[in-house]
Amino acid sequence: MAQQASAKKKRKKDLQALAVFTRGIIKENSLFVLLLGMCPALAVTSSLETGLGMGLLVIFVLTLSNIVVSLIRKVIPDEIRIPAYIVVIATFVTIVGLLTEAFAPALHESLGIFIPLIVVNCLIMERANNFASKNNVLMSAIDGIGVALGFMLALMLIGGTREFLATGAIAYGIYLPLPFEGSIINAGLTLFQMEVFIGPAGGFIVIGFWLAVFKAIELYNKRKKKEARDRWIEKKKKEAAERKRRKAMESAGGSA
Amino acid sequence: MSPTVFFVAIISAMLINNVVLLRFLGVCPFLGVSKRSETALGMGGAVTFVMVVGSVLTYLIYYYVLEPFDITYISTIAFILVIASLVQLVEMFIKKVSKKLYKALGIYLPLIVTNCAILGVAETNVREGYAEEFGIMSGLGVAAASAFGAALGFTLVIFAFSSIRERLDAAEVPNAWKGIPISLIVAGIMALAFLGLEGIV
Repeated sequence: MAQQASAKKKRKKDLQALAVFTRGIIKENSLFVLLLGMCPALAVTSSLETGLGMGLLVIFVLTLSNIVVSLIRKVIPDEIRIPAYIVVIATFVTIVGLLTEAFAPALHESLGIFIPLIVVNCLIMERANNFASKNNVLMSAIDGIGVALGFMLALMLIGGTREFLATGAIAYGIYLPLPFEGSIINAGLTLFQMEVFIGPAGGFIVIGFWLAVFKAIELYNKRKKKEARDRWIEKKKKEAAERKRRKAMESAGGSA
Repeated sequence: MSPTVFFVAIISAMLINNVVLLRFLGVCPFLGVSKRSETALGMGGAVTFVMVVGSVLTYLIYYYVLEPFDITYISTIAFILVIASLVQLVEMFIKKVSKKLYKALGIYLPLIVTNCAILGVAETNVREGYAEEFGIMSGLGVAAASAFGAALGFTLVIFAFSSIRERLDAAEVPNAWKGIPISLIVAGIMALAFLGLEGIV
């Protein structure tokens, strides 16, 4: 009996962990839903690969900073928690910066100033303050990976769109130290390059476009849900009216 | 060294390399506090002040503390701590000195710590190598001038953007595009306009 209860408890915990993990990817996507981390999303997404590289760095920093913040959450006084979190985050960002410079110099070059600027990415601070400071280490780590993964996918979507519109192809192996390089989708589309999309203006416009697309999907789902609910209410109303009529008929029949 | 260097630094940081539209620094406050032009100006004022003082301080710390001890690799940690404590200090100082100014700028000050434009400009000043080019003390002047120019550029753009957004509220926009999406398109068009200024210096 006790074993069953504990198994049940464990399953519930697993489910919760899964929910924490997936929540950050779609439902509370940091970029498209919460609009956090806009600056890197605009600046480093001129190609799919730079977006991916930035995403990987953010996964590293966010997971580790979440773990450390969660470990020291009971030691830090509430008044100075923000500076303490900043120091933790800045330490990991420095580590990541040095590692990138050593192992992926091309990526380091192209991300440039935006590597140290991961420190002030609101997304990381928000997770430290709102999640890691209140939850245990395991959950914080899962949350960090999930949220950062969502951020990375968003960066890749934006970067891929911009690169494709600007060059008509998607190149790989240039910034990341992959063992292979080349480019995919190269079927005459290179004739229709729109170079503006690789520039600053393109960044704003592509993000605006994707935000509108996701908003449209959300609005559509909401309308569908409302319609379904309205239909259900209508049905219930009809049923109730039917019952009432039948009852009235019955009582009329009974009295007659 | 002629004063034109400072003038060029200000113009170039303000218009040609605009922080928000061309360098993507400080986009969060640019989208967050630009609903009304009054708050946009308040934010611009607070950013100008912190950016100039913060740039000067981080520059001095970099060249007089970090470099002599050969620990420039911790510059990010040092800079963000300087900026965070500076903001705290400024907040306390303004609160003591002028209640009116505190009311005008107070609410924006905590937001500035996570404004990447401040840290970004401080880092850029060091990376551009003004000290190597002009000598440490003159380089400080150029760094301060470009920080001032960047802050002016931020204020200019956020004010213009907020004025557009005020009018946008009255416009008929499809439901999915309402709010941030259409604002981003507006920002994109503004960035296109700023691209035209390339090469005037």
